[in-house]
Amino acid sequence: MSKSKTASYSAGVKAYRQAYWEPGYRARDTDLLACFKITPQPGVEREEAAAAVAAESSTGTWTTVWTDLLTDLEHYKGRAYRIEDVPGDPSCFYAFVAYPIDLFEEGSVVNVFTSLVGNVFGFKAIRALRLEDVRFPVAYVMTCGGPPHGIQVERDKMDKYGRPLLGCTIKPKLGLSAKNYGRAVYECLRGGLDFTKDDENVNSQPFMRWRDRFGYVMEAVKKAEAETGEKKGHYLNVTAPTPEEMYKRAEHAKRLGAPIIMHDYLTGGFCANTGLANWCRENGVLLHIHRAMHAVIDRNPMHGIHFRVLTKALRLSGGDHLHTGTVVGKLEGDRQATLGWIDLLREKYVKEDRSRGIFFDQDWGAMPGAFAVASGGIHVWHMPALLAIFGDDAVFQFGGGTLGHPWGNAAGATANRVALEACVQARNEGRQLEREGKDILAAAARHSPELKAAMETWKEIKFEFDVVDKLSAVNA
Amino acid sequence: MKYETFSYLPPMSAQQIRRQVEYIVARGWNAAIEHADPAHMGGSYWTMWKLPLFGEQSVQRIVAEADACRNAHPGHHVRVIGYDNARQTLGTAFVVHHA
Repeated sequence: MSKSKTASYSAGVKAYRQAYWEPGYRARDTDLLACFKITPQPGVEREEAAAAVAAESSTGTWTTVWTDLLTDLEHYKGRAYRIEDVPGDPSCFYAFVAYPIDLFEEGSVVNVFTSLVGNVFGFKAIRALRLEDVRFPVAYVMTCGGPPHGIQVERDKMDKYGRPLLGCTIKPKLGLSAKNYGRAVYECLRGGLDFTKDDENVNSQPFMRWRDRFGYVMEAVKKAEAETGEKKGHYLNVTAPTPEEMYKRAEHAKRLGAPIIMHDYLTGGFCANTGLANWCRENGVLLHIHRAMHAVIDRNPMHGIHFRVLTKALRLSGGDHLHTGTVVGKLEGDRQATLGWIDLLREKYVKEDRSRGIFFDQDWGAMPGAFAVASGGIHVWHMPALLAIFGDDAVFQFGGGTLGHPWGNAAGATANRVALEACVQARNEGRQLEREGKDILAAAARHSPELKAAMETWKEIKFEFDVVDKLSAVNA
Repeated sequence: MKYETFSYLPPMSAQQIRRQVEYIVARGWNAAIEHADPAHMGGSYWTMWKLPLFGEQSVQRIVAEADACRNAHPGHHVRVIGYDNARQTLGTAFVVHHA
């Protein structure tokens, strides 16, 4: 690698490592750092594969070009600076790459991901490639809008303190008329939930156009608020075929007084999401984020993008809630990894912690955090574990676990609210939720026939989490 | 009508209130007492009973303030708050006396 400012031009293909492998490099505080899991093609050396990834995701292309000499590539290029074994899997390795901050447009999650997970993921010398983690320098974080409001502001706006929030996705997810749909919302909210939610599949289908849904739903929200004296909301899904249509729906939600709207950030895209987050900040409307399509991107342990990176992308792009998985009832390993990305969503500063799959310290500067949303297949028996795992800054969403109550939505909602408050009370009294969960719920059910019926309807689950799940090193 | 956290549980005994106040103190939060006239509810603010009890470590003194507030305003709701100044929010808030 020549430091000369007057290098001569020599055409042809050079090994990537000549320019893009720099093992002695000391990363700057302003560098954007990435950890890739690389599975190279047979015969490709690790250093060359790592350098190729650094090159193809930054300034490089397959051959030398004369215009390279018109700029200072030493300043602009990405550098592979460290290689590590993946414990238990010799077919792949971790490569750490540093990118100078100048490579990325300010405040553009779109631009960062176009580079980091662009053409390089189809690169022939690589059999598989996974982006495991990204350290966004605080200098870059502060160029992004982030959550429109954040956890503290949402608590103030919704007047909810000292406990997680409760939600429910309205089902059946497709096919209800707008008026019947609003009925289901009203029943849930009057029973004690804080939020109800449009299913992600609900946009504006022929059986229920968005404008009709928004009208009936907001009537339901206001009626439930008047009856209970508590603040309520429904995530009106404004995910739409075009940005113009998305904003039109958001404006109408605001006109109706909706406190919160909803977007699918991966199918809708980072551009639409970032714009909508800015709109929400400008208009004082909370933003719930669903993550349809994430498993396509994050499920394969060898290829794609880890969800912790998608979590960081959402926090930068903007959202006040993000679905994070429930942990309970899932496979070994999920708990530690999920705790890792929940921290990345909510905390101000997250330390490197390989046991949680976190490869870098991440400083979020002044950027607010967002609520973690646990949703899917959970019911009252899960409440003690959910509270122990997620703490207060979370939304627990019981769909079937509310609507499937034998006496209907309102009773299901009350059962969940009683269970939640009993668990919060017990936790604050110093009791061990995961060990004493059954006793706590049974005692609460003595005062709540709704909870008693819910506990009889759904099966008891185990509370013994003595063996803390381990993050699989191979699939980290 | 409901008043947020713990509204769906039976009214707390004196012992249960003490336990929740202990939690506020143990978390390092600053306790505060507020009250509201049920006939004039609504909005974000209730009336403060004195200033927040900054640095107060005695659960007994905090509970005594809540009782004093209740005695001074017998027709009002009384709630206890835990101010979490580090996170710039209320760590918790719950009604200890319903009018």
